Amino acid sequence: MKQNHFAVTSEIGPPKSADGSIITEKADLLRYCTDACNITDNQTAVVRLSSLAGSVLLKQKNIESIYQISCRDRNRIALQSDILGAIALGINNILFVTGDHQSVGNHPHAKGVFDIDSIQLVSIAKAMRDEGIFQNGEPLKKRFSNLFIGAVSNPFATPYEYRVDRLEKKIMAGADFIQTQSVFNIDHFQNFMDEVISRGLDKKVFILAGVTPMKSEKMMDRMKFYVPGVDIPDEVYNRLKNADDFQMESKKVSYEIINSLKKMKGVHGIHITALFWESIIPPLVEQCGFLPRH
Amino acid sequence: MIISEQKPFESMLKIIQNGSVFIIGCNECAALCHVGGEPEVLELKNQFIESHINVTGWIVLDPACHLLNNKRLFKSVNKEIDDADHLLVLSCGNGVQVIEELYPQKHIISGTNTLFVGAEIQRGIFERQCNLCGSCIVDDFEGLCPISHCPKQMLNGPCGGSMDGKCEINKDFNCIWDKIIHKKIKMKKIDSLTKIIPPKDWTSYKKYQWRDQYKL
Repeated sequence: MKQNHFAVTSEIGPPKSADGSIITEKADLLRYCTDACNITDNQTAVVRLSSLAGSVLLKQKNIESIYQISCRDRNRIALQSDILGAIALGINNILFVTGDHQSVGNHPHAKGVFDIDSIQLVSIAKAMRDEGIFQNGEPLKKRFSNLFIGAVSNPFATPYEYRVDRLEKKIMAGADFIQTQSVFNIDHFQNFMDEVISRGLDKKVFILAGVTPMKSEKMMDRMKFYVPGVDIPDEVYNRLKNADDFQMESKKVSYEIINSLKKMKGVHGIHITALFWESIIPPLVEQCGFLPRH
Repeated sequence: MIISEQKPFESMLKIIQNGSVFIIGCNECAALCHVGGEPEVLELKNQFIESHINVTGWIVLDPACHLLNNKRLFKSVNKEIDDADHLLVLSCGNGVQVIEELYPQKHIISGTNTLFVGAEIQRGIFERQCNLCGSCIVDDFEGLCPISHCPKQMLNGPCGGSMDGKCEINKDFNCIWDKIIHKKIKMKKIDSLTKIIPPKDWTSYKKYQWRDQYKL
């Protein structure tokens, strides 16, 4: 990204088992069409194979990983420890999120941690890297510099007027790159980016816009009506609802969104999350003219 | 005040079984929550009598958490307490434990579940307010508290699940951050919205949690 290449990242959700081959098989599918893969941290608060372990599995196959850490399940002691562990294992891209609340997952009776929020975690990671200190001010015994700090942004959550402020806070805290919530509403995203650009934030951080090719009508319904913070405009919804071949039309929608994002000022790449439909990513990336990647 | 609810009658009955019981109410929070004032104590007494349970007596303390005052009030009912197998306390967990200190030999039954610290906003409608975190930070948030009202206790703005003023975990639950932002905008304090709030210092919480006594 520092060389002005348009980045393409994607996402692998680890399995609800200890079967690491699920990750490596998905990674084999994505290795030639993306620059790096996120490994999610018990996303939607459902227990899965650990994201650090998943990131190491990618590393063993020479695939660049983006290790996701959420604040839901660990306090500041464990989070800092995991950052050190990741660096020691050669995992250098870490994406810090607050995390979905445990009540929406498969262990709703769990006690959430939420000792710190994602912005605080980003600033802790930056201080560990740049100043060589822990959150309590104590110095690290040996400093490290090889950490690329990621954070997320959701331009589609409310209050809309605050979303660029919050992005700015993440940048001030130390984010090097941002992955956004999936974009379906291009006009809204353009408004968000206009404000980002007017504040010069696109010069301070790499922004990867989220893209989600939806596999089925059922999934689209779930995303539109039940997942907070997702904005699928009626126009897109009805177009897919009335399509003869949902998946073909869905791929077309993603293709058009990516083309708009590609031209959009301030967008440095895309992050494709194809839930349960990773096989669509290689042909989609090829159609968009992003191949070869390496 | 401390908000509590009464446990189901059947669950109290199950513990008491064939024994005798003395009922202790509280004239403060538990009375305001309608779980441990005089009317509730008397109603429960009648229910026990109908269930053939021997009620040796009752008292409503003022309040149940006032240890020194309790000692004075209990003098009038010493015999009734002696005669009872169980002391059933209809106060918050605070009062229940104060009674335990006064009667360490007695079997104590808590007749309530203590829910939260809050306020009665309409008759019978209670709103949770404070998490008793030990170091109040509401002055950073225009009097509103993200520690007690945000399920993720976020100090730097709403998460990506805040939608139309509602929290992602429950559409009946307002997003406190939506409220904070709109209040700051209204009060022309938007500059403070970009200020990064550092991790909260929880030491004062632990200071009060892990000591038996504290001199104020």
